[in-house]
Amino acid sequence: MSQTEAIEKDSTSIFGFWVYLMTDVVLFASLFATFAVLRNNTYGGPPGRELFSLPYVLTETLLLLTSSFTCGLAMLAARRGDKRTVLVLFGITFLLGVAFLGMELTEFHHLAAEGNSWRRSGFLSSFFTLVGTHGLHITVGLLWMGVMMVRIVRAGLGRATLRRLTMLSLFWHFLDIIWIFIFTIVYLLGAT
Amino acid sequence: MSNMTHEDTGRGTILSYSLGFLTSVELTLGAYLLVAHHAFSSGRLIFAIIGLAIAQLLVQLVFFLHLGRESKPRWNLVVFSFALTVVLILVIGSLWIMNHLDYSHMTPAQTDTSIIKDEGINP
Repeated sequence: MSQTEAIEKDSTSIFGFWVYLMTDVVLFASLFATFAVLRNNTYGGPPGRELFSLPYVLTETLLLLTSSFTCGLAMLAARRGDKRTVLVLFGITFLLGVAFLGMELTEFHHLAAEGNSWRRSGFLSSFFTLVGTHGLHITVGLLWMGVMMVRIVRAGLGRATLRRLTMLSLFWHFLDIIWIFIFTIVYLLGAT
Repeated sequence: MSNMTHEDTGRGTILSYSLGFLTSVELTLGAYLLVAHHAFSSGRLIFAIIGLAIAQLLVQLVFFLHLGRESKPRWNLVVFSFALTVVLILVIGSLWIMNHLDYSHMTPAQTDTSIIKDEGINP
């Protein structure tokens, strides 16, 4: 396979992954629509402004935003072929992602422990489905990142690895964008 | 982008990533502070916050996902535009339908009263 053919094949795969991301956007759109419709259906339970702590969620948002940034820097290092920097930066991205997920699960645990689980109301069902689906994506992203870091250590930064890293970084940036809308629509608008 | 030897330009530099990151942080903090200090009345606040979220969406699409900076046919942008159309129909359509669904659960007399109230008609 010539160099141009290889590049062509890579960009086709990456485009395919982009198409997947765009269908994932539609999945999240339906969950956002469900949440928007059910946001006031608290069934006598507490509304969002009594349940959520804005400074806590702001911290989560900044953690994920910073991880999106370090992920981008890791990709720059990967294209330079700087293996050590790539591993350090993906390591930081991974830890920030774990911290984010930990905070999210802590919040879920607190809500459920106070009797405000997904069973409480239509509002909370749609909240847990929307935010939980995002958390599940983050978990998958973290597993993928772990696998890729092992691959980089073992096989270095070859063409195939770079292609997969490009997809992973698209996925990670995409999840940050989804989170901005969760932060805005679920938490900030819930507090107004 | 002077040092890009790769075939595909528009993949970003440290400068573009930093710019995207700092702008995103500012927009996030801006939206947070507006809500924390109840800067505007409720109606305006909702518009302001959603506006800031859309601004951040655009910033990250350009600086992190490099949308629209690809070469020639721009298929990524085409698929994105289609997805965006579906999203808007789905979200706006759901809200529109569900917010008006009350009418079909009412007696004709109740429907009249609700429509008069919702549309601000003074009989």
